[in-house]
Amino acid sequence: MTILVLAEHHDGAVRDGSLHAITAAQKIGGDIHVLIAGQNAKPAAEAAAKIAGVGKVLLADDAVYANMLAENVAKLIVSLAPNYSHLLATATSVGKNIMPRVAALLDVAQVSEIISVEAPDTFVRPIYAGNALATVQATDKIKVITVRATGFDAAPATGGSAMIETVASAGDAGLSSFVGSELSKSERPELPSARVIVSGGRGMQSGENFKLLEAVADKLNAAVGASRAAVDAGYVPNDYQVGQTGKIVAPELYIAVGISGAIQHLAGMKDSKVIVAINKDEDAPIFQVADYGLVADLFQAVPELTAELSK
Amino acid sequence: MKVLVGVKRVIDYNVKIRVKADNTGVETANVKMSMNPFDEIAVEEAIRMREKGLATEVIVFSAGPAQCQETIRTALAMGADRGVLVQTDAELQPLAVAKLMKAVVDKEQPGLVIVGKQAIDDDSNQTGQMLAALLGWSQGTFANKLHLADGSAEVKREVDGGLENIKIKLPAVITTDLRLNEPRYASLPNIMKAKKKPIEAVTPEALGVDPSPRLKILKVVEPAKRKSGTKVKSVAELVDKLRNEAKVI
Repeated sequence: MTILVLAEHHDGAVRDGSLHAITAAQKIGGDIHVLIAGQNAKPAAEAAAKIAGVGKVLLADDAVYANMLAENVAKLIVSLAPNYSHLLATATSVGKNIMPRVAALLDVAQVSEIISVEAPDTFVRPIYAGNALATVQATDKIKVITVRATGFDAAPATGGSAMIETVASAGDAGLSSFVGSELSKSERPELPSARVIVSGGRGMQSGENFKLLEAVADKLNAAVGASRAAVDAGYVPNDYQVGQTGKIVAPELYIAVGISGAIQHLAGMKDSKVIVAINKDEDAPIFQVADYGLVADLFQAVPELTAELSK
Repeated sequence: MKVLVGVKRVIDYNVKIRVKADNTGVETANVKMSMNPFDEIAVEEAIRMREKGLATEVIVFSAGPAQCQETIRTALAMGADRGVLVQTDAELQPLAVAKLMKAVVDKEQPGLVIVGKQAIDDDSNQTGQMLAALLGWSQGTFANKLHLADGSAEVKREVDGGLENIKIKLPAVITTDLRLNEPRYASLPNIMKAKKKPIEAVTPEALGVDPSPRLKILKVVEPAKRKSGTKVKSVAELVDKLRNEAKVI
C-alpha cells in the first residue's frame, strides 16, 4: 500500500493543514508519498521532505500549477494515480475543489472529510452538519479521500529525510486560468490553526464593532471568526465564516460573542476544547454547548474582558 | 444557451435530525423535506440569467424517489421552465448523480450547469466537480459572483484565504456558495403556473447508467454530546475560570 498526499504550500513551507492529512495517511498505514505541485516549488518540496513519516516527495514544478487550478492539478494526480492505493488531500477549499474531479476521472467514489480511520478502507465522517457520524467503507480499488484537519494531529514538520523525485508535468488542460485573488491580510493566526478563536455573530451589529473582538484577540494571540449571519450581513469577509460550509475549527478556546448558535455554526466549532459564550439572550442555543456562559450585553462585557485580560 | 440546474431533496435545514435506533441511517419518515439551500441559490442564478437574456431556458434536474417532483416543482415555481427527474428508489451517491446528470447533459446540451456546492445532508461537496470531470468541462466551484462573457465565464470564488478570480472556458459547471445571490420566494400565481410546467421522468436504466453505491455505509451513530457547562456571573469570574479551572489562557 502506498499513499499519495497532495500537500498545499506557501512561500516555501508546507501548510499546516497538510500535516494533519499526513497523520491520517499514517493511520491508514503503508508508504507515504507527498505531492508538491507548484511553480518554483523546490523549497516547498525540501520542506516536505523533512516531515516525519514521509517516504518520498514528488515535485511537479510547472507554471500551470502555480494557482492550483483544479483542471490542471487533477490531470496531474490522475497521471500518478496507478501507483497508489489511496489519494489524500486536506479538506480545504483547494482539496475540496480538486479531489472529486480526480475521483470521477478515475471512476471511483470519494470519501469526504474523514475524521478517523477505522481500517485502510473504512473511515468515519460527519454528516448532517456533524449531527450524525457515518462509518463508511470504500469499495473502489483506489480510495480518494479528503481529511478534516481537526480530526488528526499535525505530523511533525521535522525529523524526516525523504528523497525528492521530480515528476513530469501533465500540462495545461486548457480549460481555466487564474485572474487574481483578494486575500484577507491579517497579522493574526489563521483560523484553522489558531489556539484561540474569538468569533462574532449578528449581535455585533456592524463590522466596525468587530474591533471590540480584535482587541480581545490581540490579548490572546487569537484568530477572529464569525457566524454566517455576520458574513451575510457584510460585517466581515467570507473567509471569517466558521460552520458547516465554512471553516471547521477545534481550538483550545473558542469565544462566541453575540452568536445565537444555529446548528450550522455549532457544526464548525463544537469540537473546540473549551467554549465560552457571551450573549444577552439566556435562551440562546449556544449556551447548550458552552463550558462557560455569560449572559450579558456584549458591548459592556467585551471591553471588560479586554481590560481583565490585561491584568 | 440552455442552463441546467441540479436540485436535491433533503431534510429541511431547520429540522433537528434523529439517528435511527438500528444505526442504519437518519430518520426521514414524517420529516419535513425541502430543496437543498445551496441548490436554491443555483436555481436563482439560472433564472436571473434568463431574465437578463443570457439564457434561453432553465431546465431543472433531480434524481431520487418520486417525491423529488415536489423539489423540481419548487424550482419551477421560482421561475425555471421545465424539469427532468431521474426516478429511482435506490441509494444515490455523488458519483452516480454526476453520471446521471451527465447523461441528461449529453441529451439536452446546455451551455452551463449550476449546482449547489454541497448538500446539507451528506455534506459531500462532490457532485459538481465530478460532473465537470466526466464531461471534460471546466469548473467554477464555490462561486461568489459569476459573470458570463463570450465563450467564457469569470468566477469569483470563496476560498479559505478570501476570494479568488478565475476565468473558465464554457461550457462549464458552476457550484454555488452562499453569497452568490439571495433566492426569491415563489409567488402564489407562479406556484399555480408551475403546476402546468412539464416534468419528464426517466430511469437510470433508460439513461444507461449504473447508479450502484461505491461506498458502503456500515453504521450511523450520534456524536458524543458535550457536557453542559456552567453560567458565570461576571467577566472577572469568567477570566478566573479560564485561567485557573480550564487553564486555557
